[in-house]
Amino acid sequence: MTTLVEPPISEDIIVTEPRLRALARHLVTTGWLLPSVVLLIGLFIVPTIYAIYLGFTNLELLGQYAQSYSFTGAANLSRMVHDPTFWYSVKLTLIFVIGSGIVAQTVLGLGLALLGQRVNVVVRSSVGAIVILAWVLPEITVAFVWYSFSQAGGTLSHLFGTPNSDLLSTLPMLVVCMANAWRGTAFSMLVLSAGLRNVPHEVDEAAQLEGAGYWRRLFTVTLPIIRPTLMINLLLVTLGTISDFTLIFAMTQGGPGNQTAILPVYMYIEAFQFNQLGYGTAIALTLVLIGAILSIAYIRQLRPELKDAAK
Amino acid sequence: MSADQVVATGPEIAAPAVVVPRQRSLARPLLNVLMVIIGIAFLLPMLWLILASLNPQADDTLSVPHAFSILNYHLAIRAGAGAAIKNSLYLAGVSTIIATAVSTMAGFMLARRRIRFKGAFLVLVLFLTGLPVTLLLIPTYQIFVNLSWLNSKFYTSVVLASMSVPFAIWLMKNFIGQVPGEFEEAAAIEGASELHILFRIVIPLVIPGILVSAILTFINSWGAFLIPLVLDANPSDTPGAVGIYQFMSANGQVQFGQLAAYSVLFSVPVIILYLISSRWLSGGFSFAGGVKG
Repeated sequence: MTTLVEPPISEDIIVTEPRLRALARHLVTTGWLLPSVVLLIGLFIVPTIYAIYLGFTNLELLGQYAQSYSFTGAANLSRMVHDPTFWYSVKLTLIFVIGSGIVAQTVLGLGLALLGQRVNVVVRSSVGAIVILAWVLPEITVAFVWYSFSQAGGTLSHLFGTPNSDLLSTLPMLVVCMANAWRGTAFSMLVLSAGLRNVPHEVDEAAQLEGAGYWRRLFTVTLPIIRPTLMINLLLVTLGTISDFTLIFAMTQGGPGNQTAILPVYMYIEAFQFNQLGYGTAIALTLVLIGAILSIAYIRQLRPELKDAAK
Repeated sequence: MSADQVVATGPEIAAPAVVVPRQRSLARPLLNVLMVIIGIAFLLPMLWLILASLNPQADDTLSVPHAFSILNYHLAIRAGAGAAIKNSLYLAGVSTIIATAVSTMAGFMLARRRIRFKGAFLVLVLFLTGLPVTLLLIPTYQIFVNLSWLNSKFYTSVVLASMSVPFAIWLMKNFIGQVPGEFEEAAAIEGASELHILFRIVIPLVIPGILVSAILTFINSWGAFLIPLVLDANPSDTPGAVGIYQFMSANGQVQFGQLAAYSVLFSVPVIILYLISSRWLSGGFSFAGGVKG
């Protein structure tokens, strides 16, 4: 499985010893790689293949279909297509990803990165540290804090001017999107800051000399230059947000009703509360499919840059 | 997006390479004010958390306690925070040991040896870093049902470890790849055995990389919620995240103060670890040729 270049040895002296050494090296190399290969196959490849199968079965958590389940072909697929909650969940997922991920986190992250270029060192470091702290907190902590924040009497309710309304019940998607934006902005801020640092100063200066104002320069010079960074950031934020479970589930359990049941949460509810493991897997497969489509779309956006880099 | 996906970062990253020349000195103070406002907005929820944890009469409003007290912390520990955090320590610790050992061994081989299909393997590993838990959850659950591996802290840790392994392999492979191989070659020519090379030469050189990978895995596994929730229903195995959730939904009235204390206790270890690792990463450490921060 491995090859190694043998040091040149005169023909007369070749004995079996170097061959034994080579064999030993092969064994060691294989041996060291084996645990990770076993882990990756056992806990990634096998479950993925199994998932593709399970998504088309009627496996359930309890009852007769837990013991003896069977392949049901496109039954789950048909059920999904006719399930209004499923489509609602897809819509909510897109709102969540676009609203909290793309709009809030990326715009806010970009804004903070741009601001960071021009403000006082102390301001930049301390605000940066606060934003990053929000990102480092465990997800359950964020969920609890924002849950309390948006209750009747909570600080957010006070800020909105409606101290007695339980914002989590009246505007659930908004609160949940805000919570996720609060948590995730630091990532975009860091990535885009790094991207902005790579903007050649001369180009910006040239545009300044031409008389271009700040906003004009931003849109016609800076943003196009950091486009690859922006795309990668969008890709990572999208993938991270689309499969997010803990934050929403801990805050609302998908409710009130189904109003915050994005696909991962809906999958959990169907699989472990309604015992529909097969159907839940079908939902999960759909989620991965959506993620894959979005990833391909982003990577396509990156292709012109990759082609340029290869020239 | 979890904190472990970004490697070479730190608060210093926000620093610009070149300072923008100040032509409009009027705009600057305004921008400073704007950033401070954003900072305060971000701070408010965390401020509430700290104040509420120290306030025996905490509710969900941001307020300064009349009398600071750590009563909530005592109550939280009595209500199970201590046991839950011990469980989190187990899950995170075991998963970190497994993931770090596995990925360091694999990373070493991938960085140093010529292996057939190495390219394809690395692409697969990179691809797996983006695979969501949601897809693997149900089949893994079903497999565990058949193997009777449910309700076990150990096997749950193994699953948590595997979540971090792809990224850790990629990390270690790149890290070891940047360490010059002359030391190992010299030792090999001298006749040292593989194991000897590993322990006496390689490991000391890559300790910073191992530590970073271990810390990132630990942070990732510490906050785990869905996987332990599904794979381990044993009440005595409940980790911190699940514990906080159960505490939130238990009792009629949400115990804001106690939950705040519980959350702070649960969050502090992660914050400390992150501070340590970011200092390492961006502070720069040079050895045997230097490594990119």
